[in-house]
Amino acid sequence: MTTTVRQSPRLRMRRGTGIRKGEAASGWLFTTPMLVLLGLFLVIPVLMALWVSFSDWSGRGSPFSSGVSFTGLKNYSSVLTGGGLAEQNFGVALKNNAWYVVLVVPLQTALSLFLAVLVNRQILRGRGFFRTAFYFPSVTSSVAITVLWLFLFSSTGAVNKLISFVGVTGPNWFNEPAGIFHFGITNGPGFLVNNSTLGVAWWDWVGGPSFAMFALILLAVFTTSGTFMLLFLAALQNISGEVQEAAMVDGANGWQRFWRITLPQLRPTLFTVLTLGLIGCWQVFDQIYTGTQGGPAKTTLTPAYLSYQTSFQDQQWGQGAAIAFILFAIIVFFTLVQRWVLADRKVSKRRLRAYRIPGSKR
Amino acid sequence: MTTTPLTPSAVAEALPAVKIPPHRRERLTPRRFTTNTIFYALLILLAAIYIFPFLIDIATSFKTEADAAADPLSLIPQTFTTAAYQKLFLNSDFPLWAKNSFLVTASVTIGRVFFDSIAGYALARLHFRGRNVMYAGLIAVMAVPGVVLLIPKFLVINQLGIFDSYAGMIIPLLTDAAGIFIMKNFFESIPVSVEEQARIDGAGTFRVFWSVVLPMARPAVVTIIILSFQGSWNELSHFVVSTQSPALTTLTKGVASLAAGQLGQATQYPLKLAAAAVMTIPVAIVFFIFQRRILNASDGSVKE
Repeated sequence: MTTTVRQSPRLRMRRGTGIRKGEAASGWLFTTPMLVLLGLFLVIPVLMALWVSFSDWSGRGSPFSSGVSFTGLKNYSSVLTGGGLAEQNFGVALKNNAWYVVLVVPLQTALSLFLAVLVNRQILRGRGFFRTAFYFPSVTSSVAITVLWLFLFSSTGAVNKLISFVGVTGPNWFNEPAGIFHFGITNGPGFLVNNSTLGVAWWDWVGGPSFAMFALILLAVFTTSGTFMLLFLAALQNISGEVQEAAMVDGANGWQRFWRITLPQLRPTLFTVLTLGLIGCWQVFDQIYTGTQGGPAKTTLTPAYLSYQTSFQDQQWGQGAAIAFILFAIIVFFTLVQRWVLADRKVSKRRLRAYRIPGSKR
Repeated sequence: MTTTPLTPSAVAEALPAVKIPPHRRERLTPRRFTTNTIFYALLILLAAIYIFPFLIDIATSFKTEADAAADPLSLIPQTFTTAAYQKLFLNSDFPLWAKNSFLVTASVTIGRVFFDSIAGYALARLHFRGRNVMYAGLIAVMAVPGVVLLIPKFLVINQLGIFDSYAGMIIPLLTDAAGIFIMKNFFESIPVSVEEQARIDGAGTFRVFWSVVLPMARPAVVTIIILSFQGSWNELSHFVVSTQSPALTTLTKGVASLAAGQLGQATQYPLKLAAAAVMTIPVAIVFFIFQRRILNASDGSVKE
């Protein structure tokens, strides 16, 4: 891939003469803006925030002034095991975001792959039109779309109007804290109500996202499917037709060809889309900031927004920073899990049998 | 491209998508007609679902408040009014927000094109000690999720004394790891011999970069322009943590406050939707100008 002419180290280090004259100096000169900007606004800030997450800084003055002291893991423990409001808020935020991830990631991946397969057809009238239609939501600002969504899903909005045509009275989406899986049941079974994890009752954990969060889930699927469609489209166009043709000669139908031929070849893209989706979903902030500010009844609170709220509004900077780093750890963890799950493994014997052509000797 | 004639060769090329025995390829069988109809019906339905919300947005922005609540689905206002737009442009801070957004977006886009391309060029072509370490660092930096940086960014901006200023809004966005990565990859695809020619002719490194290599990297530069324009125009969280005063509010922050602030009073949906529609126009323009490049990006560059 690299087309750079590789030179022997000794030749590379010899400075001041020939065609590579002054290259080292220019190299550093050219990368200085990058080093300064990324260092100053990315690396140093992370280190500073790491210190803040271990301190009791209250937001006044410099976090390095003498009044600020090291408090060890206190901020982390109050969020994870404190038993107080901080733990409960974090538990609620984690629950909300977990449901968001569980629903958005599969939906957006499946939908974007479906759209890509549809618009990838060789003979397609209005191909440009369809691609534009599906991609356009991805370029618009999340703020503008959230504003639109607040209207569409308001109690007198377009969605409820549509639902009313089939005789169902829609909920007041963005003011409805009930979980979508609770089906109007207010009191759950005792063991679910009385047991809790991270300060949140199991009954609430299994209740699914609230109607408000569900509207935001649909929003995420709507805005991200176009981007991922383009990724799948690029991958689909890179697959050579020869394998497809061979499969066709062997008598595979379209459905089989998709699952056995196309999808396995899309594996790297699938990994990219799932990872990007997962990372994006754990970072949901703009929509919450614009639309719901965590409400109703904290059911759209997410760790990202909670971290913002805890530090910028409640001035609990240490705790806010701690939440941000826990979130970071969560994202890294799930990315690694995904990498492991989707890693290439040996095909099992049972699986191999499925690929064998009936009647062949082997 | 959309008007490909249905010649036998075009159909043959499309073979993977069509499943009919070869000898009947050219005839439109009833079965194929049905699948085709279903296929297009499905596509059109999906496209309608994707487009309809935007049409509702525009239609509602020309409605009266009562009309918006009474008939949220109709695309034709009962009484056509531009009251929302008048209020937006004449009686609100909206023009100020737009000015700020334009200022920041223009600065960030110019900055990124320049800084991303010089850094990308150095990482792709110049030989110097520490280059590989730098590149590894860049990849690591790309992996840091943006939302984790909200508090950290505020801390540094505050510490540097540029909180609540244009400097604090613009400088941290002037370069981005992903952009540098894109530029580096592109520069590596340009044949090195062109540069060497210029070097032999006595051009200095910057001269070679500026007059020879950069003009050849136009597709990548356009990509950076699109990405940074869209990215900084739609950016919200950075401005939330780097500014406070109303005079520095951008469109994203302003419209978000519009959405959140007045929930208690009248809903003002036509006004909010007008604001949402107007703030979408610039990215829509950029999108439609570069549409072919964005949507067909894969067609030219990846094909072997």
